[in-house]
Amino acid sequence: MSVSVQPMPADPIHEGAAPGAEVLRPHAEDAFAGELAALAARDERPRPPRWKLSPWAVATYLLGGTLADGTVISPKYVGPRRIVEVAVATLATDRALLLLGVPGTAKTWVSEHLAAAVSGDSTLLVQGTAGTPEEAIRYGWDYARLLAHGPSRDALVPSPVMRAMAEGRTARVEELTRIPADVQDALITVLSEKTLPIPELGEEVQAVRGFTLIATANDRDRGVNDLSSALRRRFNTVVLPLPESAEAEVAIVARRVDQIGRALDLPAGTDGLAEIRRVVTVFRELRDGVTSDGRTRLKSPSGTLSTAEAISVVTGGLALAAHFGDGVLRAGDIAAGLLGAVVRDPAADRVVWQEYLETVVRERDDWHDFYRACREVTG
Amino acid sequence: MGEGLVLLGVRHHGPGSARAVRAALEAARPDAVLIEGPPEADAVTPLAADPQTRPPVALLAHAVDAPGRSAFWPLAAFSPEWVALRWALEHGVPARFIDLPAAHTLARTGPDSPPTRTDPLTVLAEAAGYDDPERWWEDAVEHRGAVEEGDALAPFTALEEAMTALREREGTTGRERRRGREEPASEEGEEVEEGGESGEGGEEIEGTETEGTEIERTAEAAEEEGTAEAAEAEGSGGEAGGPEPGDGDLVREAYMRLRIRAARREFGEDVAVVCGAWHVPALRRKVTVAADRALLKGLPRTKVEVTWVPWTHRRLSRASGYGAGIDSPGWYGHLFTAPDRPVERWLTRVAGLLREEDRPVSPGHVIEAVRLAGALAALRGRPLPGLGETTDAVRAVMCEGSDIPLALIRDRLVVGDVLGRVPEGAPAVPLQRDLARLQRRLRLAPEARDRELDLDLRKETDAGRSRLLHRLRLLGVGWGEPAEARGATGTFREGWRLRWEPELSVRVAEAGVWGTTVRAAATAKAEADAVAAPALAEVTALAEVCLLAGLDDALPGVMRVLADRAALDTDVGHLAQALPALVRSLRYGDVRGTGTAGLTEVAAGLAERVFVGLPPACAGLNAEAADRMRDHIDAVHAAISLLTDPPPDDRTPAPGGAGTQGGTLAPGGTPAPGGTPAPGGVLAPGGTPVTSGLPGPGGAPAPGDGHLTLRARWSMVLRGLAGREVVGGGIRGRVVRLLLDGGELAPDEAARLMGLALSPGTPPADAAAWVEGFVGGGADGGLLLVHDERLLALVDDWLTGVPAQAFTDVLPLLRRTFSAYEPGVRRTLGELAGRGPRRGTGSAPGAPAPGFAPDPDPHRADAVLPVVRLLLGLDTAGTDGGAAPAPAHPADGDVRLEATT
Repeated sequence: MSVSVQPMPADPIHEGAAPGAEVLRPHAEDAFAGELAALAARDERPRPPRWKLSPWAVATYLLGGTLADGTVISPKYVGPRRIVEVAVATLATDRALLLLGVPGTAKTWVSEHLAAAVSGDSTLLVQGTAGTPEEAIRYGWDYARLLAHGPSRDALVPSPVMRAMAEGRTARVEELTRIPADVQDALITVLSEKTLPIPELGEEVQAVRGFTLIATANDRDRGVNDLSSALRRRFNTVVLPLPESAEAEVAIVARRVDQIGRALDLPAGTDGLAEIRRVVTVFRELRDGVTSDGRTRLKSPSGTLSTAEAISVVTGGLALAAHFGDGVLRAGDIAAGLLGAVVRDPAADRVVWQEYLETVVRERDDWHDFYRACREVTG
Repeated sequence: MGEGLVLLGVRHHGPGSARAVRAALEAARPDAVLIEGPPEADAVTPLAADPQTRPPVALLAHAVDAPGRSAFWPLAAFSPEWVALRWALEHGVPARFIDLPAAHTLARTGPDSPPTRTDPLTVLAEAAGYDDPERWWEDAVEHRGAVEEGDALAPFTALEEAMTALREREGTTGRERRRGREEPASEEGEEVEEGGESGEGGEEIEGTETEGTEIERTAEAAEEEGTAEAAEAEGSGGEAGGPEPGDGDLVREAYMRLRIRAARREFGEDVAVVCGAWHVPALRRKVTVAADRALLKGLPRTKVEVTWVPWTHRRLSRASGYGAGIDSPGWYGHLFTAPDRPVERWLTRVAGLLREEDRPVSPGHVIEAVRLAGALAALRGRPLPGLGETTDAVRAVMCEGSDIPLALIRDRLVVGDVLGRVPEGAPAVPLQRDLARLQRRLRLAPEARDRELDLDLRKETDAGRSRLLHRLRLLGVGWGEPAEARGATGTFREGWRLRWEPELSVRVAEAGVWGTTVRAAATAKAEADAVAAPALAEVTALAEVCLLAGLDDALPGVMRVLADRAALDTDVGHLAQALPALVRSLRYGDVRGTGTAGLTEVAAGLAERVFVGLPPACAGLNAEAADRMRDHIDAVHAAISLLTDPPPDDRTPAPGGAGTQGGTLAPGGTPAPGGTPAPGGVLAPGGTPVTSGLPGPGGAPAPGDGHLTLRARWSMVLRGLAGREVVGGGIRGRVVRLLLDGGELAPDEAARLMGLALSPGTPPADAAAWVEGFVGGGADGGLLLVHDERLLALVDDWLTGVPAQAFTDVLPLLRRTFSAYEPGVRRTLGELAGRGPRRGTGSAPGAPAPGFAPDPDPHRADAVLPVVRLLLGLDTAGTDGGAAPAPAHPADGDVRLEATT
């Protein structure tokens, strides 16, 4: 038999923010409440049960566009349209969605906005870590109550997944592959039977229509806690690609570096754009295994070389330049960080890196300073 | 029955079009079926009904006197033209091709100019709110499923209206565009593709090529029609007087109208025409016969033959270099043949393929993929899931988001491996004619018995024969096998054993798919082979063959593959194996005057990779692997000394192999690159040659060696190796020896390294290997020791310096090496040792090497010149001083010279 779960008090994050206080980072459904409302008002297409918007409107919310009444919807995700369409169609067919990608490809961002657009609520979130217990996915107990009154619905502490099932909303699981394998398996019943048994009470929670689940995982992490094939089969998988063009990636890196630099109070002159472009070029070329002019093939190192790492290389270089150099980001400031990012495996990656230096970097006329700096740290 | 003229506008290779055409023909039951295509093909249409024929096949028209000029009209099972043809043959209805004859098309020799007409489908698609014309056509026509009950002709009528409106709009402006015809250019032009292009609704396609017309068979018809002008034009042959190329469509449509008129006279009023949708309005238009004939006046013509050739789905697809085709012949074939539920059936096939590849895919996956595809189609507003939706669904559900299995699906299903077949009775392919022509020209008749052939490549005919034989070998036609040339040897001599077996004719016919001339076919085959070759060394060998066969056009493609393979190959051994062959090709190419600039660049890149990868690869090897690596190092060393730097690097005057002998590390006159700051003063400005000191055994290349020559960098790598303890003794010993021979290591430094390697702290096996590597193992090594006093002195010095107690430890090591030598060598060595050491060897800078006098003795040097001239085949005397730099004069006189020669 199924029971409904009591609505929980507002979640801790909401609680922590006093009304009116300026939160550091508002939820998607709050930050873009205006756009969501405009979309909902204009949306005449059929909506799946308990969806706040039609799938078409969800796609528009993520990809951006202009509504008939002139409301401009800002693009939340800049990337292939196909990705968003597959993701939305997956949710519309009751399937669970797995977003894969290396760090810095906006997995969490997409997941949050999808949840906000579909259910109007992006807070039913399980943060995956190596210590995530099964209670975080199924349910826990309020032990004081349990001891005092024995097992009952009142003593039960539902997980975000359980609440999403009961209310027909979207649950999110972040970093799924960091969760221990036995805990991951708790999701199998949820996703295939759409039910969560509570043997202690002889009850169960059945998912109502509209329940969906979005998980994110870093696909270079596969070795950590690989998904069992049973679980994998229950997900439709979408791989979020790295930025398509070098310019887009440079823009992302430059923007983030700027933000981080300000947060760290680095005395930033941001005229390091040339170095940023170089770092991004190096990352992209090694990652893609081909030079940017498409003429020379390269080996790829074992590291992920994600955009996020490029950002940290540049930030590290900025700190070096600011505190130990003349404040201008130069090749020498980023060389060491770059070496660390590229050479993860001391033997194989070093060869890859040296080959890259000798066959590509050395030939570039305006990269001589960079070449020398890299040769110095590479040894 | 009484339908009159039925015009069926189609998109070439459109399954929806094909299905609609069949329904329309069933409904209309015409008296004759007229198809857009070269009328010369009427003679071979019956072959399409042969039970052995299986699509995809292509009509191939080629000029009789120039097989390289040809055009293909590929037809797949789902091509509307094929469907119409088969329908006609099955119902005993005459089928005729009505496009401008290939005789005119192929007679054109002018330059190609790409058609610039607006794509009609793009315009229609835009009007319907689609951004992709392909998708619009698919939704509007191809995915209509089975034709709705009712009027089978309705879709064609609607399409005709749309096209009419479009052509009116386009009308005057569109005509300005110059439509070039595809000119199967010269010798190698297998090119033309026709029917393919479906992208633009096919008419484009034909437009580009089929311009001309006239067939044997049609010739009669033409006569009565009064196409006599065309006949007159024959022989005049030039473009002169022909219609402007810009009128391509008009000419073709005029010709089609004439043919339709003739057909209606011959077979009755009810004829059906299957052609590109674009042409329909023009064919409907009432035009006077006279006006049409006027357009056809003076077309150039040539003698043309037509045959069927097998085709493949791969070549139908755009990816296959032949261009002009469709992306997804396999998908279209599926749409055409699936009786119902195309998406479900397709996804089931995908699942089957993935299972064969050991990916766990359950029916549950298929169900979810079908659902997702349906949801995606709805989201995108399409009536039915298309290839894009199903592919997205397969990726998300069955492939875990990965594109790798998708590549397999694309290759095997979306494109597909379907290979067509033509009956044996089909006329000969042009490749056979081209071969026969070449055999006549080169006076090389096929004979069934063995025949030895010696070629002197300096002669034009012989060089041509050599190229032909090499090309045929590349094509799998083993007419000639390389053999030892009798008599003189040399790079300009080549020996062959010839034998023509009957089955070679079959091979030639099979090779016909690669092209219409031997050269073009060999080029295409070489490129395909390069892509398919699994190992780096095979690609290198292929590059060598390309040079031998004179396939300059294939070389860039092969080089590209070679560079890619080299970049990705992690085994230094492979790279080291590939390098010598490449350098050999390079030198051989020079001999033949082939352009080898690209080759040089690739070889240099390969060398760089070897430099970087070698040190780590030499560490921690067992004895066997170390031996192999030693051979690799020797091979690379020899190759590097033959390799000049690519042009962008600093040019070294490229001293011959022996040129570096005796110098110190001197990348001969490397000029300092202008404007580059000289880091660390390694490069002195002003063109001073680098005189770097010997780096310590740690010897990592110093930063800033960016502009040293390949050879200088190689010696740095070697020096690094010599000092690395983790590198096996055999390799280190060998490396020290190479450096010593190259004059890059001073003798006392070599002595120090020897002492280091052979000191008591070294494990005996390692030390023994070092000695072996240094003086050379096996029988030959000893010989060198006998003749190179310097070497002997080094070993001798070290040995006499070994303390008495340690001597007993060292003895077994030496014995192990020396016992491998021939008895004679051992005896001589003993005698030399018995004579005692020569002292005063080169510790002082500038002192002569042991065995060499302080100053050259010109008189004795001159005595060698006659022998050198003899060896080099020089008849006239060169300048005395400069001919042979003669690094030194043998101090011991002519005895040595005799011994080594």
